[in-house]
Amino acid sequence: MTLTEKILARASGRARVEAGENIWVNADILMTHDVCGPGTIGVFRREFGPRARVWNRHGIVIMPDHYIFTADAKANRNVDLLREFAREQDLPYFYDVIDDPQGRWTFNAALGPNRRQHGRRYAGVCHTALPQKGHTRPGEVLFGTDSHTCMAGAFNEFATGIGNTDAGFVMGTGKLLVKVPETMHFRLEGELGRGVMAKDIILHIIGEIGFDGATYRALQFDGPGVAGLSMDDRMTMANMAIEAGGKNGIFEFDAQTRAYVDDRCRRNGTKAEYQPVERDRDERFVHDATVELDRLEPIVACHPNPGQRRLAKELSGVKLDRAYVGSCTGGKTSDFLALARVLRGKKVAIDTFGVPATPEIVEDLQTTRWGDKTVWQILEDAGVRMTENAGCAACLGGPVDTFGRMNEPLKCISATNRNFPGRMGHLESQVYLASPATVGASALTGRITDPREFC
Amino acid sequence: MESAISGPAYVVGDNIDTDQIIPAQHLNLVPTIPDEYEKLGGFALCGLPESSYPVRFVLPGQLDTAYPVVVAGRNFGCGSSREHAPIALGSAQCRVVIAQSFARIFFRNSVATGEIYPVECVDRLCEILRTGDRVRVDLNASTLEVESSGKVYLLKPLGDVRPVVEAGGIFQYARKTGLIPSQAPS
Repeated sequence: MTLTEKILARASGRARVEAGENIWVNADILMTHDVCGPGTIGVFRREFGPRARVWNRHGIVIMPDHYIFTADAKANRNVDLLREFAREQDLPYFYDVIDDPQGRWTFNAALGPNRRQHGRRYAGVCHTALPQKGHTRPGEVLFGTDSHTCMAGAFNEFATGIGNTDAGFVMGTGKLLVKVPETMHFRLEGELGRGVMAKDIILHIIGEIGFDGATYRALQFDGPGVAGLSMDDRMTMANMAIEAGGKNGIFEFDAQTRAYVDDRCRRNGTKAEYQPVERDRDERFVHDATVELDRLEPIVACHPNPGQRRLAKELSGVKLDRAYVGSCTGGKTSDFLALARVLRGKKVAIDTFGVPATPEIVEDLQTTRWGDKTVWQILEDAGVRMTENAGCAACLGGPVDTFGRMNEPLKCISATNRNFPGRMGHLESQVYLASPATVGASALTGRITDPREFC
Repeated sequence: MESAISGPAYVVGDNIDTDQIIPAQHLNLVPTIPDEYEKLGGFALCGLPESSYPVRFVLPGQLDTAYPVVVAGRNFGCGSSREHAPIALGSAQCRVVIAQSFARIFFRNSVATGEIYPVECVDRLCEILRTGDRVRVDLNASTLEVESSGKVYLLKPLGDVRPVVEAGGIFQYARKTGLIPSQAPS
């Protein structure tokens, strides 16, 4: 069996499963957030009754992250609904925006959009915060009401996005009917060259198979090239399995996975036991490919979808209005380090926004020093508009007052994961997806630029 | 049992993602709150760029569409897992989306909510039909007939999916068939 099949077999209490079978799977964790949480809770109450209890209070993780730092009253109300539910169900893993469980968040105009407007418990973007807070474990099953839930596959687990109705069902029963996906195999070999990042690997793969090329399928990443990829890198890649239509992406378990997961579970006091899955000799794939990392070059996915693959160096004629680094896939500490490496001592030529995915990343950047400056200062000195209000922000547009949202028909290069029409705001705006290094180089010149010109 | 859906079709191309079906700024609406469910209908497909789609699916100020049938190309509903997408279409009184292929989560959410029938077609109907063409979709025969020409196109059968959508989603279906107790507890 493949890694995905092994996890699903275990979670359904069977010795074996085959791709295409429909099986009942036991969930380890159900994650939801402010956009889909209120609807999920609505389904749960409607179907299981107003006095129903969740199937396992330690199995529910609620991370408000999408529309937090906005004056939009309904968005604020949605976080209130999560708070009320967490209190009613006595949920230990609700990462509230504010510290007072009886309080309400309100926008503080004096602090503005850039200075911190959240409490100590707030965790930031769910997919990046789940591993940081010790909720991703090898061999487990994670369902989340967000398509990028597949990011947790970096930790050798089965993780996939579901809708509110399915999530309401999981909330009440801890189970879900799942079709076992076929697996596409990507063997990584070699090491990435200068200026090339994990984002380039996944944009390359999506370009190869087409952006519906993995519909209903699992993407398995393994091989000797994985050892050279950090957990951040693996998260970037697993995150974008859905951009090829995939059900999940999954990496092999290794010493790096163990070190990360053990440390995070210990620090947060979450469940420390887990059982990774390893590769079988008899695994069967519907697609088998080798990716030679040394041969990859910086890649850009052009408007209007993540499958529009081009080399960055071929697009130097494309003029840009804006650059953006942030989101689950592109707003991690390593992403901002790559950006700072390109921008250090220089000035951006276009509006450039930086939104760290989580408060922990904000702290990393504000405390990590290069010479006499922190990474945060280096980025601000280069002209990047950095916000301490970690969250999904303009990656998916959001309410009109969202930090970095495109409210005009602009052209933006972005380290995020989607570039469908209107994704970052205005319906006629255009988004080019690239690595943080390519976004940084392009911010310096105001046109799409291969980062190897600057590093 | 609903077997035929007739009316004008709204035709879109390939890769219509959930941001175009319901833009993210409207995700502050919670589908299980009745008046917000209604409002979602008014925004269905409002993320389609006007430059490519000058005829709008729902007219400004309206909550319902004049098009009970949407015809699409490949990979309809790709992108996010937001259940608001099939709900917005269903709330707008769209009954069926006919596409060459569907993205996985959108298909699942359509069935789980019972909001719309997600039906796959064999031919590339999005290039054969034009917005406003009157069609008749027969779910028993798995066909789409163009009223003006009488031409009939084959659709792929819905199989086990149909009774779930017909019942109004997985919970209603499970109650109807005895998989779970027949009444939601109160």
